[in-house]
Amino acid sequence: MSQATFRIWRSRPGEAGGFADYRTEVSEGMVVLDAVHQIQADQAPDLACRWNCKAGKCGSCSAEINGRPRLMCMSRLNTLDLTQPVTVEPMRTFPLIKDLVTDVSWNFRVKKGIQCFQPRRPDAADGTWRMAQRDADRVQEFRKCIECFLCQDVCHVLRDHDKHDEFIGPRFFTYSAALEIHPLDSAERLGDLKDTQGIGYCNITKCCTKVCPEHIHITDNAIIPLKERVVDRFYDPVTRLLRMFR
Amino acid sequence: MQVIPVTAVHRGFGTTTRRDAWWAAPLAVFVGLSAFVVYATWAAFQGEHYTYGPYLSPFYSPEIFGDSPHAWFGPKPAAWPGWLPFSPALLILPFPGLFRFTCYYYRGAYYKAFWADPPSCAVGEPRKSYWGEHSFPLILQNVHRFFMWVAIVFIAFLSYDVWLALWFTDPATGAREFGIGLGTLLLALNVVLLASYTWGCHVLRHVVGGRKDEVSKSPVCDMAYACVSGLNGRHQLFAWLSLFSVMSSDLYVRLCSMGVLTDPRIL
Repeated sequence: MSQATFRIWRSRPGEAGGFADYRTEVSEGMVVLDAVHQIQADQAPDLACRWNCKAGKCGSCSAEINGRPRLMCMSRLNTLDLTQPVTVEPMRTFPLIKDLVTDVSWNFRVKKGIQCFQPRRPDAADGTWRMAQRDADRVQEFRKCIECFLCQDVCHVLRDHDKHDEFIGPRFFTYSAALEIHPLDSAERLGDLKDTQGIGYCNITKCCTKVCPEHIHITDNAIIPLKERVVDRFYDPVTRLLRMFR
Repeated sequence: MQVIPVTAVHRGFGTTTRRDAWWAAPLAVFVGLSAFVVYATWAAFQGEHYTYGPYLSPFYSPEIFGDSPHAWFGPKPAAWPGWLPFSPALLILPFPGLFRFTCYYYRGAYYKAFWADPPSCAVGEPRKSYWGEHSFPLILQNVHRFFMWVAIVFIAFLSYDVWLALWFTDPATGAREFGIGLGTLLLALNVVLLASYTWGCHVLRHVVGGRKDEVSKSPVCDMAYACVSGLNGRHQLFAWLSLFSVMSSDLYVRLCSMGVLTDPRIL
C-alpha cells in the first residue's frame, strides 16, 4: 500500500478556517470520499463531511478537489496526482457550517419561488393528456439532476459576485427549463426569469456544464433556450409585432 | 447553528487551488481571436489582391462596389466622401463580424479570455462589480438573432462564389470552361464550415423549433430542430474551423493574386 497526503479544509464555527494535512494509506479503486472516511476513522474523528450514497446519485458529498468542484465519491484517486497533497475544500459559494459541510438551504428557498408545474386542460374527455415521446425527451435530460449544487458553486455570478438575491443560478434555470419546455405545462415564468431570477446575469461561460456530474447540457439546452424565450417575449420588436397579429 | 459567511473566503484575481493549466484555454482563445481580428482588419483595409481569376476572397463577398469583375454595381460611388477610407470589405464585414461577436459561444469564450469574467472556472476575478448581460451595454448582445439572418444570406452569396470559382477563363480564347483548382476546393470547404457554424447557431435552433413546447406537432420544424441541434452540439468546433477557413481562404486568394503562389488546377 502507498500513502498520499490530503490537505483538508478544517474550520470551527466562529473561527477562521485553514488547511490541515493528513497522510493516509491509499489503495487501488479508492475515491476521495474513501480517503476522507479513513482520515475520519484514524486521525480526525471530528472531521465533518456530508455524504450518503457513495454512488454519485445523492449529491451530498460535493466539494472542491484540487480546486475543481466535484463529487468526492466520484473522484477516483488514480485520476489525481498523488505525488502532491490533494486539496479537499468545501463549496465556496455557500456559507460554511464546519469543515467540508456547507449550508445549502438557500437553494431550497430559491426553489420555492419558482412557479410550479401547471398542466393545460386535459386532452381527452377522461381527463388524460397526450404528448409525444420526442417532446418529453427534451425535458427528461433535466430530470437527471441530483441537486449536488456543484453548478451553483462554480457559477461566478454567485461565487464571486454574491448575486444570491438577484440570480437563481444554473440549477434553477435547469429546473425552470424542465417546467417551461414541458409539453403539458401552461404556467408563465418568463417575467420572473427576466426580472427577479436574473437570467440576464448569466454570461454563458459554461462552467456549470463542465462540472455537472450527470453531464446535463445546462447552458446549451436549458439556459440559452430560456434566454431566447425571454428575448422573444421582452426584447425582440419583430416577435412582439407578430404576437399582435396572432 | 452558526455559519461562517461565504464572503469571508473570497479570494483575489487569479487565486485558485486548481492544479491544471486553467490559463491555457483562455490564453489560446485570446491569441486565436486577436490574430484573427488583426489579420481581418488588415485584409479589409487593403482593398486589393482580393480576387484571382474566378476566385473572390470571402472577406470581400459580396462585392457590392469595387473594381473587380465580381462587383455588383461597379466601382466606388462618386458620392463616397474622400476622407472616408474605402474598401469593398468594409461595406460587408461588419455583418458577419457582429454575428460572431454576439454568438453565444464566442461571448462565453471572450468574456473569459479578454475580460477575465471569470478568467477560468473556479478562478478568482479581478473586480467585484458585475452587470452581466442583464443591463446596458451587454444586454445588446440580444441582437444576435438579427445578425443570424444576415449570416444565413451570406452563406448563399458564398455558395454562389464557389459556383463562379468552377468557371475559368481561357487566356488564349477568352472562353469560359469548367474547372476545379485548389482555390475552388478551399472556397467550397470554407462554405461548408461556415454553413455548419451558422446553421448550428443557438438562435436558429430556437427559431426552428426550440421556441415550441411540442415541436413534434410540426414535422418540418421537428426535422429542422433535430438537424440544427446536431450541428449545435459541435458549435464550438465549427466556430473555430470556420474562423480559420475564412482567414485561410482570403490568404490563399491574396497570395495567388500577388504572384506568391500558383493555383494548381485539378481539373
